[in-house]
Amino acid sequence: MNDVIDRDWMEAALRGARPRALAALLRYFGTLDEAEEAFQNASLTALTTWPQKGPPRDAAAWLIFVARNRGIDALRRRKKHEVLPDDRFAASDDDVETELARRLDDRNYRDDILRLLFVCCHPELSATQQLALSLRVVCGLSVTQIARAFLVGNVAMEQRITRAKQRVSQPDLAFETPDREARSERLSAVATVLYLMFNEGYAATSGEVHVKTTLCEEAIRLTRLLLRLFPDQPAIMGLMSLMQLQHARAGARIDASGNIVLLEQQDRSLWDRELIAEGLALLDKALQHRHPDPYQVQAAIAALHARASSPSQTDWPQIERLYETLERLQPSPVITLNRAVAVLKTQGPTAALEMIEPLAQSLSGYFYYFGFLGTLLAQLGRSDDARTAFGQAIALAQSPTEAAHIRAQLDAIGGFHNGDRAHEKKATASTK
Amino acid sequence: MLYAILCYDSEEAVWSWTKEQEATAMAKLAVVQEGLSKQGRLGPVARLMPTTTATTLRKGKDSVVLDGPFAETKEQLLGFFIVECESLAHALETARDFARASSSAGAYEIRPLAVFAPGSLSA
Repeated sequence: MNDVIDRDWMEAALRGARPRALAALLRYFGTLDEAEEAFQNASLTALTTWPQKGPPRDAAAWLIFVARNRGIDALRRRKKHEVLPDDRFAASDDDVETELARRLDDRNYRDDILRLLFVCCHPELSATQQLALSLRVVCGLSVTQIARAFLVGNVAMEQRITRAKQRVSQPDLAFETPDREARSERLSAVATVLYLMFNEGYAATSGEVHVKTTLCEEAIRLTRLLLRLFPDQPAIMGLMSLMQLQHARAGARIDASGNIVLLEQQDRSLWDRELIAEGLALLDKALQHRHPDPYQVQAAIAALHARASSPSQTDWPQIERLYETLERLQPSPVITLNRAVAVLKTQGPTAALEMIEPLAQSLSGYFYYFGFLGTLLAQLGRSDDARTAFGQAIALAQSPTEAAHIRAQLDAIGGFHNGDRAHEKKATASTK
Repeated sequence: MLYAILCYDSEEAVWSWTKEQEATAMAKLAVVQEGLSKQGRLGPVARLMPTTTATTLRKGKDSVVLDGPFAETKEQLLGFFIVECESLAHALETARDFARASSSAGAYEIRPLAVFAPGSLSA
């Protein structure tokens, strides 16, 4: 029994140390492949050494030390006749400890990790490449896990990651210490990808729930790391808070048969109160800065849901105001649509319908638009129009779960009339 | 004599625990706490939220508020208060009251609690 716990503990320690260790190794070796290989070897050594000698106090420093030495040996073997050209390897074994201490000096290690994250989230990569590379390299998820999360085959995912690595392996990738401005650009690029990672995990597609949850947890873990490195950034606090407040509902979002449960129908006793408390504390801390951004505003909206002990206790007027703020900060039809949901609660279906009618053009391919439009029309007693809207929603559904939701609403107004069913065909088998 | 036992560990490792590992670790500690409690020896137990939720108030003529935990090594942990506060602003105001009453330099780190059990010690 003890062995099992030790093994689990070691794996958690390796997982925890991975970003910091890899980040330093990337600096030593210059490419992701070499850094990963060195880390991998050091991890194997750890699994055999730690049980005998006991775990090191600083797992990351231990791994960096071992990986670096092994890596240099390997490099020497490979380049037998070449003189090592790089002064990054100049340190002799004797001053390795001091060198390590220096390298791990806070500022360095901060920029090391930011560099690693930034390389994986590089603006030249597509969003899916950024996510795949970050999950593989920084989080250490297996290709199989990532492939399952994105519903593609292993081979395709492997290729996606390889291509992404090639793309970022150019030598011009800023290894110098970034200045204040570059640092803040990198930070915001990384935050965007972490936000995407979380949303990918949170997306309401059916099946693979377990893998999807892993994405949310990894996004939270990396954001926590980022926030520890940059503790004074309200946007990162807001992002962290937003993720925590959303993820706190994970246990109530999926029912026993794997279907999504909407916020209003969720059993709130299943919400993770500890995570909510931390999310609220961070939001409070972020708001002290009086420097609102979209992450903080979204977190504030999530906080109002988290604070409501029942759906009827929800502070919809405040939620509407926050969506209005969000619209101002980041104009988008999807945000207006969300604002209209709050308007439905505060002013009723007529006002909400007025608000979303101008969005018909820009959201003509958006499932939620037609779902909500149908809901409003049904509430206004315009059943035929509602049926048409629900039909369009079903045609646009990304998963059977989404389609099932709409069908339930359709049933409530007497189902499809003859001829309407044509819309339905596309939706039945499609998954994201 | 009352003793405080302060817990230090690597956040990066602890926050990489799975839910099951976390539960196992806490359950083991709970057993020890139960024993102490039965002997009437257990005072307040608190688990702090992660350092990312911390704010530091630097004492001085004009106190300065900094995000993040207290990170200096020149000063040592000398004591703590646990205070009910409505918000971080309220907690900072409370800490400023302490700062004004205190004649030394140094700092207060303000950190929300994740778990609190008052214990059963009589003073």
